[in-house]
Amino acid sequence: MNILVCIKQVPDPTELKADPAKNTLNTDEVPKIINPFDSYALEAAARIKDKDPETKIVIVTIGTAGVEKALKEGLGIAADQAYFVSDEAFADSDSLATAYILSCAVKKIEETEGKFNAIFCGKQATDGDSAQVGPQLAEYLGYPLVTYGLEAFDEGDTLKINKEIDGGIEVIAAQTPCVVTFTKPSWDPRYPTIKRKMAANRAQIPTLTGADFAGLDASAIGAAGSPTKVIKTFVPQRSKSGIKIQEESDEESAKKLFALLSDARVI
Amino acid sequence: MEAKTKDLWVIIETNEDGTAKNVGIEMLTPGKELAGKQGGALVAVVIGSGVDEAVKAASEYGADRVIVVDGPEYKDFTVDAFAKALTALVEKYGPDAILIGATPDGRELAPIVAGRLKTGLASDCTGIGVCEDGSIEWTRPAYGGSIMEVLACPEQRPQIGSVRPGAFKKGEPGEAKAEIIKEDISVAAEDIRTKVLEVIKEMGGEKVDLEGADIIVAGGRGVGGPEGFDPIRELAEVLGATVGASRAAVDAGWISHAHQVGQTGKIVGPKLYIACGISGAIQHLAGMTSSDVVVAINKDPDAPIFDVADYGIVGNLFEVLPVLTEEIKKARA
Repeated sequence: MNILVCIKQVPDPTELKADPAKNTLNTDEVPKIINPFDSYALEAAARIKDKDPETKIVIVTIGTAGVEKALKEGLGIAADQAYFVSDEAFADSDSLATAYILSCAVKKIEETEGKFNAIFCGKQATDGDSAQVGPQLAEYLGYPLVTYGLEAFDEGDTLKINKEIDGGIEVIAAQTPCVVTFTKPSWDPRYPTIKRKMAANRAQIPTLTGADFAGLDASAIGAAGSPTKVIKTFVPQRSKSGIKIQEESDEESAKKLFALLSDARVI
Repeated sequence: MEAKTKDLWVIIETNEDGTAKNVGIEMLTPGKELAGKQGGALVAVVIGSGVDEAVKAASEYGADRVIVVDGPEYKDFTVDAFAKALTALVEKYGPDAILIGATPDGRELAPIVAGRLKTGLASDCTGIGVCEDGSIEWTRPAYGGSIMEVLACPEQRPQIGSVRPGAFKKGEPGEAKAEIIKEDISVAAEDIRTKVLEVIKEMGGEKVDLEGADIIVAGGRGVGGPEGFDPIRELAEVLGATVGASRAAVDAGWISHAHQVGQTGKIVGPKLYIACGISGAIQHLAGMTSSDVVVAINKDPDAPIFDVADYGIVGNLFEVLPVLTEEIKKARA
């Protein structure tokens, strides 16, 4: 099986701090990691490869210089080949434009790597949180879509996907090629091994630019090709002037809470 | 594409029994206001199988018109069938904007339809306003809620937004007087490219409906172990509440991921959220700050959860919870 995993480098969400004065986040100052949901997608691909070592895993990312670090990390974890997509013309692309660029990249990479049976993405990136690129990549490629995947199984003409639903799992068969977006499973994704890491450091990662994409529609990329525009950002005001209860004993605190909640008709 | 009307559409997702999901009815509230400002009609769109109850609810909660697509191919949600139906409706009627609930199904439908129509989508919105040029101004959390982003889609139509459950409140039902329009759109079986083979219930078969819950009692690292959830479950039982958990408790293996609230779990908006032994990491806050009333019980007076709490008890949850449960039982006896 031939699997493409789309990954994005994001600021480590556990390190982010808001600057309420500037209405921005300290995104430049925090360490960068592979988007956690993308690491679940890579893990799902690796699990397929565990069962069938013939499986090939290719990873791709779009971005500016520096984000290839995530590709090296992905090679260290499980990927066989990586591609870096970068072009100034891609700057300020929204989700739709990004999905279009990725769809062009998929076609270009397939010329070298062969047709992909499945494309795996994280269900969303922890920076933009839009959860659109995976589905819209499926739409641009004309492929079926499954979201909230936990694990996938190669069944020949179809891919079987365990999808997270409320109260359990839905087992879905999707015609291939398909796009699956993954959420957090109950197991931890594997770490890179030393041997793989060393090989990854030596790996040649081809860079693809807009010039490599035959028939690229310049009106569908970058700021001009993005239907959504960000007007502003602001730091949400979370502080509530709540009522602090700290009586002589926890029992009295509980009774006071009950009285307050009853008075406010909350319970 | 260009809008043919100033109409604003609200997609009403249905439950298995054909009733409307709360989020659809909730979206009619800002929908009514926006449609009024724009001089268009508020149109509810119901796609499903046997959905008379949802159509009636949409009408009672203020829709001027309800477009209904009712057919066996829509009994269970598939993005292939629903996107085909919704795209066909949009092409026929040309609405100015569409609101879709940011449920798991809505989060598939919205990007696929936006992608097909090559228009802009604002995901998981918690606020909706109007820009100077008359476009909708969408407010949505990014970076796990650490920052809010304000977006617009100035040129493409329809403008599409997915809206978080609980972000808006249901209005008051009135007389059902919407015009009902039935549309027949059939989808061939071979055009539905995914198929549900089976549904495996979680151990115990417990359905954890956090997103639709009115009250959630949640536990975090402070509960100390799987048995630490016992007093939480007891309180949840007397309140008719759903049990939630922070990532720390889930990662420790004390409770299943289905209960997780936060950035990598469920985004919730209950009327009452009781956080027990939860410190309030930003990823957790991202999942629960649209709750109406937040109660926090924590030993650490400096825990960030107190910053978002309406009522905070600094104390031992194992002492507080049983008393609170007893008080509620007494009051209801």
